[in-house]
Amino acid sequence: MSLLTPDPGLVFWMSVSFGIVLLILAKFAFPAIIKAVDKRTGYIEESIKSAREANEELAKVKETKARILAEAHKEQNAILKETARIKEEILQDAHVKASQEAEKMIAEARKQIHAEKDQVLRSIRSEVTIMSVDLTEKILREKLGNDNEQMNMIDRLLDEIEISKS
Amino acid sequence: MKRILFLIVLFTFSVAGWAMGGETQNISVSNSNSEEELNVKELILDHLADSYEWHLFNTKNSSVTIHLPVILYSKTSGWNIFLSSKLHNDKNNYKGFGIATDSKYKGKIVETTSSGEQVRPLDLSITKNAASLLISSLILILIILGVSQSIKRDPLKPKKGFSGIMEMFILMIVDEIIKPAIGEDYKRYSPYLLTLFFFIFFNNLLGLFPLFPGGANVTGNISVTLVLAIGTFLVINLTGSKKYYKDIFWPDTPVWLKVPFPLMQIIELVGTLTKPFALMIRLFANIMAGHAIVLGLTSLVFVTLSLGSAINASMTVVSVIFTVFIDFVELLVAFIQAYVFTLLSSVFIGLAREKEPEKENKELTLEKLAEPGNHL
Repeated sequence: MSLLTPDPGLVFWMSVSFGIVLLILAKFAFPAIIKAVDKRTGYIEESIKSAREANEELAKVKETKARILAEAHKEQNAILKETARIKEEILQDAHVKASQEAEKMIAEARKQIHAEKDQVLRSIRSEVTIMSVDLTEKILREKLGNDNEQMNMIDRLLDEIEISKS
Repeated sequence: MKRILFLIVLFTFSVAGWAMGGETQNISVSNSNSEEELNVKELILDHLADSYEWHLFNTKNSSVTIHLPVILYSKTSGWNIFLSSKLHNDKNNYKGFGIATDSKYKGKIVETTSSGEQVRPLDLSITKNAASLLISSLILILIILGVSQSIKRDPLKPKKGFSGIMEMFILMIVDEIIKPAIGEDYKRYSPYLLTLFFFIFFNNLLGLFPLFPGGANVTGNISVTLVLAIGTFLVINLTGSKKYYKDIFWPDTPVWLKVPFPLMQIIELVGTLTKPFALMIRLFANIMAGHAIVLGLTSLVFVTLSLGSAINASMTVVSVIFTVFIDFVELLVAFIQAYVFTLLSSVFIGLAREKEPEKENKELTLEKLAEPGNHL
């Protein structure tokens, strides 16, 4: 059957046309296309990789930021606490000092008052003594104006001494 | 859905009406030159075979035909180049050359020698298939080069439109056929295999397109598939590994099978030939059968003409529906056959490049895949 027998003329033209197509496409078209596609694939892979890296970097930065923030918070808290403590201390100190000072002042005042009172008392006593001596002198002078009286007095005093001796 | 069905029916009836109109015209013509009955077998075989002119379409009184150049080398008169229209004279003879009407050279140009014997000269005529091949090759080169230019211009930008589709196609062939079948060295073979795929696919599609420059039965011609198979045969055997040749000339079988009488060697050598032979026959038979079916179904309209208008009309509907259906199937076949040819070529190349002997499992499955009976 003629359908099944290859025809030399057509084989020739087929070889020519397929050969030319193969030569041109296999040399100029397909390698270029595959190269371009490979290049794009590489580029996309590279991009994805760098995007992932950037993301990781970003996450790291975020983490660092959070850490730094937390640290700062801690620091702040510590400082605040310290400040409060110092304030308290200072207040306490001031209180203590003030009370000490006050006590001291009070004590001093008391001492002074005491001394002054003593002095006043002493002076009052000496005054009173002087006055009493004066008064006694006056009384005695009054009482012992006459001799009888003086004698009575002396007798009585002697009696008294006698009694006290016996 | 109903509307679509209605449209199809309407369309088929209008086609039938047109066909009948055309046919009555033909009948009126044929009345004058005696009897002309439609011979479906002749029509189909005529289409499937090659011809020296390209018949485009019929007008009312004549047919529009491109006469292609005839190139002959005869031992007696040397090179002869002329248009095929010269052959269509009263004597069916030009410079001693004529188209044989019977004998084993039917449809081919023969030279009648002085002794009255019919001899076939070396016939390098640009026949219908050759012309179609040249045109399709040119278009294919332009298309693929255009795509490659557009991709090369800005390789980092993903392509849209036609270039994008072609790129997807190319990547599919590379990633799904060539890479798995050949393995590490696939880049060396992918230009050949891609050319193979697109050459077959494009010619298959062009064969389905009924208007010029399509419609020729190119990939359904054994000469064409023969050249493609020889190409794959050469690639397989010129780049085969040491193990491949060892398996052919000194396979791992008992020595008595190889030494006094080289039985295994003969079997293996035949095996290397059957692989491309299967490729050749598969593509040829599939595409030829597709063309034959479409033509046969279309002829149904004209065959049933003599059975009365009712049967003719109903058969026309059937014919158009079936033809449309088969055309869709053929679109699928056009792709599948190109795919299978490329796949099997890659598998054969991959087998011939195998190095380690311990991959028996893989080889088994691939061999099963590669068997002609298991595929379309």
